[in-house]
Amino acid sequence: MTQPTGTIGILALQGGFEAHAKLLTGLGANVREVRTAADLAGISGLVLPGGESTTMMLGIERESLAAPLAEFVGSGLPVLATCAGMIILDDAHLNVLNVSCDRNAYGGQVHSFEADITVDGAGDDAFRGVFIRAPRLTRTGADVETLATHDGVPVAVREDRVFAMSFHPELTDDDRIHRIFLEMVPVTNVTDINRKKAA
Amino acid sequence: MSSDNGSQATFRVKAGLAEMLKGGVIMDVVTPDEAKIAEDAGACAVMALERVPSDIRRDGGVARMSDPEMIRGIKEAVSIPVMAKARIGHFVEAQLLEALDIDYIDESEVLTPADEANHIDKYPFKIPFVCGATNLGEALRRIGEGAAMIRSKGEAGTGDIVEAVRHLRQIRSEVRALQGMEHDELYAAAKNLQAPLPLVQDVAANGKLPVVMFSAGGVATPADAALMMQLGAEGVFVGSGIFKSADPAKRAAAIVEATTHFADPERVLNASFGLGEAMSSIESRKLDESELLAQRGW
Repeated sequence: MTQPTGTIGILALQGGFEAHAKLLTGLGANVREVRTAADLAGISGLVLPGGESTTMMLGIERESLAAPLAEFVGSGLPVLATCAGMIILDDAHLNVLNVSCDRNAYGGQVHSFEADITVDGAGDDAFRGVFIRAPRLTRTGADVETLATHDGVPVAVREDRVFAMSFHPELTDDDRIHRIFLEMVPVTNVTDINRKKAA
Repeated sequence: MSSDNGSQATFRVKAGLAEMLKGGVIMDVVTPDEAKIAEDAGACAVMALERVPSDIRRDGGVARMSDPEMIRGIKEAVSIPVMAKARIGHFVEAQLLEALDIDYIDESEVLTPADEANHIDKYPFKIPFVCGATNLGEALRRIGEGAAMIRSKGEAGTGDIVEAVRHLRQIRSEVRALQGMEHDELYAAAKNLQAPLPLVQDVAANGKLPVVMFSAGGVATPADAALMMQLGAEGVFVGSGIFKSADPAKRAAAIVEATTHFADPERVLNASFGLGEAMSSIESRKLDESELLAQRGW
């Protein structure tokens, strides 16, 4: 794979940031925990981890991070958002990903589950989706491509270079999704993305 | 491999919720109003209970699982995960908490133990468990029984951080000792720790517990929370420290901020201004042996 050239920022206000850091470091990436707007300077990719979206949104307000995060997403650099990270991007929060989410729609922890899913672009082998108090996507906008479904409901989507999913790829040893994300990091050419979309 | 369309309550799903709580503060609450204050201050989960540890200490008597009505009310008040406590060994209280559809069970020494020999067999439950530990052997025995999260015990309800520091340092130093051992020394280490060998080998290989470890018991200030984080805790439980203080909403938000920015003294300092009185506290060393909660469990 292409070695990423820059540093990947991981929002670390609260939540599963360490598991993402471990997977990405294992793939040779440099990572930086992001707790303030200053921490976003110079990063070339951003991960919004799972965690409690209420807690994370309060942290985003306290740190005045909403505008800088939205600006980063708008910059076209790649973003990987899992679970609560996807909620943060949706139309009811930062409103930078054209989707709606129903929070904890699968129920409390007793209803958390694992299931095999197929993710477009990650090969034919099933991906083990780990869903923990997961949000359900209730609407995906016209420019949003569905990459995976479970029981007929989208669970992984992509809009331009923003990847968002209801489940937790960082809780498995399967690094295919993180590889796809990292491969986007050095790419600056729009033609390249369109070619990938067409492939 | 055939496609698997869903399995619930795997250990990964149980331990995974604890991963999502990392870097956060779990707050004891006794009413739906307190739960809401905790959520609005940035708690990543609440612990629903009838009396906070300092009141349990003051009132004496047998401390049991909370009134299900109260737990349900708290569950309805917030969208963050709700935990509740069952007595050590009281697997029926745990069954009731599971039937109540709460998110995590704390098999807790803060309540009066129901079994002086056995902890709950936690594997059959769909709901994950967090358990307290004062040392590595105790932590690994709990994980061996199926606990998906560990908290260092500290001495609940005192507002004295000394026992929390002792327990966290103890666990961390025992982990480092295992890391320095030859493979053939781990058998004897497992015997000495009275812990399952595969877990001892796992800790020696990875340099940390196989599940998330928070700190509990004695956190009263933002500085206390940052201290536990700098000592290696992955998040903190705050019991009496918030709602027994003068300004719970403000102190709760300050402890959340200090837990996130634990490594930045300026941020912890900023969070520490104007919080009013901390909880009224008890020096742990002045407690009678029989009053020590951390000694419950084995």
